[in-house]
Amino acid sequence: MVNIIEMKNIHKSFGGVKAIRGIDFTVGPNEVVGVLGDNGAGKSTLIKIISGVHSFDEGEMYIKGKKINPRKHCVKTAHKMGIETVYQEKALAEKQTLWRNIFLGRQMTNKLGFIKVKKEIDETQKIMRELMKFRGIGANAESYIRTLSGGEKQGVAISRAMYFDSDLVILDEPTMALSLQEVKKVLNFILAVKERGKSCVYISHNIANVYPVSDRFVVIDRGIIVGSYNRKDISLEELNEELIQYTKTKTQQ
Amino acid sequence: MTKIEKRADQKFFYKYTSQFGLIIMVSAVLLFFIITSPNVFLSGSIYLSFLSTVPTIGLMALGLTFILGMGEIDLSFPSVMALSAFLFASVYKSTGNFLFAFLSCIGAGILVGMINGLIVTKIGVPSIVVTLGMQFLIRGFSNLISDGTAIVVPLRGTISQQIFAGKLLGIPVQSLWFLGMSILFYFLLFRHKFGEHVLFAGDNQESAKMMGVNVDFVKIAAFSLMGAMAAFAGMFDLYRMRTWWPTMGEGYLMMIMAAVFVGGTSMFGGEATIFGTFVGSFMIGALEAGIVAAGLKGFWTRFIIGLLIICAVIVHTLIRKRKK
Ligand SMILES: Nc1ncnc2c1ncn2[C@@H]1O[C@H](COP(=O)(O)OP(=O)(O)OP(=O)(O)O)[C@@H](O)[C@H]1O
Ligand SMILES: [Mg+2]
Repeated sequence: MVNIIEMKNIHKSFGGVKAIRGIDFTVGPNEVVGVLGDNGAGKSTLIKIISGVHSFDEGEMYIKGKKINPRKHCVKTAHKMGIETVYQEKALAEKQTLWRNIFLGRQMTNKLGFIKVKKEIDETQKIMRELMKFRGIGANAESYIRTLSGGEKQGVAISRAMYFDSDLVILDEPTMALSLQEVKKVLNFILAVKERGKSCVYISHNIANVYPVSDRFVVIDRGIIVGSYNRKDISLEELNEELIQYTKTKTQQ
Repeated sequence: MTKIEKRADQKFFYKYTSQFGLIIMVSAVLLFFIITSPNVFLSGSIYLSFLSTVPTIGLMALGLTFILGMGEIDLSFPSVMALSAFLFASVYKSTGNFLFAFLSCIGAGILVGMINGLIVTKIGVPSIVVTLGMQFLIRGFSNLISDGTAIVVPLRGTISQQIFAGKLLGIPVQSLWFLGMSILFYFLLFRHKFGEHVLFAGDNQESAKMMGVNVDFVKIAAFSLMGAMAAFAGMFDLYRMRTWWPTMGEGYLMMIMAAVFVGGTSMFGGEATIFGTFVGSFMIGALEAGIVAAGLKGFWTRFIIGLLIICAVIVHTLIRKRKK
């Protein structure tokens, strides 16, 4: 089976800042890849190139074996190719309702582009019942995002990704605002993705969370990949030790 | 009332507090006029006159509501109105063909809006600066090509005059156009993909992009729509006056901004109200005409409009704060 993502020697700069400096990154079929690295290492930039938010300056990218033209690749085409992303920034709009946030960019419309409001609201209620499992704290499909708690917002962003069933789910720091119980739900979601034969990229600073659900770990430092490990070859303690080593060499430089 | 009904009732009031506030304000203004000059304000003719003048303000206010909902601003539309109306007047005068005149009028409006949008999105100049420049540029341009002289257009008695400045059952048709457009804009803003994208772009541009909204396209389209509405309003004024004059549109900028703000649309983007703009247009348009009709001296107009704007935006802001 062909790899979901294959990146070769990818470069990306923002003005003078070289965020990604020649990265080779692959995500295999039915593989969960944990991405680790310091603040500002380039993790979010990497996944935003995959999800079509940023284009890349140099290198080659293949999605499901299809060569990607960086000028044409965008969020819409990534969605169509079955890539679903939960961004670190959550990508929600505060003054808009929950249901509009869920379906933004993928509205259910008639031929003229008018939104089927009732259908979207009904569907959102279903999502809240079955995926978010909000315990009736007063939030409903028509609540404004600004009235939700941090964890609830995170829940909305994650359920949106769960709802649009996809071949690759990318999660960028999805557990930041969550309680232990909620973290467990996210980890179970990742395991469920794996079970359904799909792939996942999971970014987190919490190695204890990443370790048990990932097949492979990739460590990024200042825009390049400095380490790659299979879980079956390394224990959590050893991985931790490796990461500490990277930080040490960095501070010595 | 059962408990649940009562809660739903409160929610209804809660949701529409701004709208209620607006209606109360309009009623207060009306009452003030009726008391100060009953003979004018208890007869129907003043209201009929509002119905033919307010739509010019209202059509542009609808366009501006989209622009503000998107977190942008447009200062160029009064000049666009003049340029578009000039094109209509001169094309109509030389060809006598309504369709040519109409297309060049609306086309020019869309074109200027598109240029505004392109400079804002592709170059990144803030819209307040771009449209400030464009306001002078377009005014100067229309003065240049018109040589600064007025044009009398032979529109009297044409079928198109019946459609754009006639009367239907005694009601000025402009008001029906405005009503129809308001309904259309309501559905466009709150029920259509485009309107949703406008509000998301005004709320959180980065999030909108991450969810696949082509923010640049949305902005260019909204500025073009504003241009088209200015052109449309220019055409209505032309049909009403049957004369184009070089200063056409001057004085509308502040009035129309006032109408939109009094209506309750905020200038921070992400939120907008078509109902508010509709009522706000009538309020501002009627005040201007009403104060004069009431026999008050002209400078009272500014004083009272100013007072009203400040009260209205204070109320809207307080309501918005309480909802948060
Ligand atoms: N849109 C942007 N414009 C300019 N610079 C950017 C942009 N996005 C990221 N950068 C820069 O690129 C580098 C990598 O950022 P990135 O967000 O990818 O890091 P990260 O690994 O996700 O960090 P964190 O763990 O803190 O989320 C940083 O130096 C950042 O300042
Ligand atoms: Mg990041």
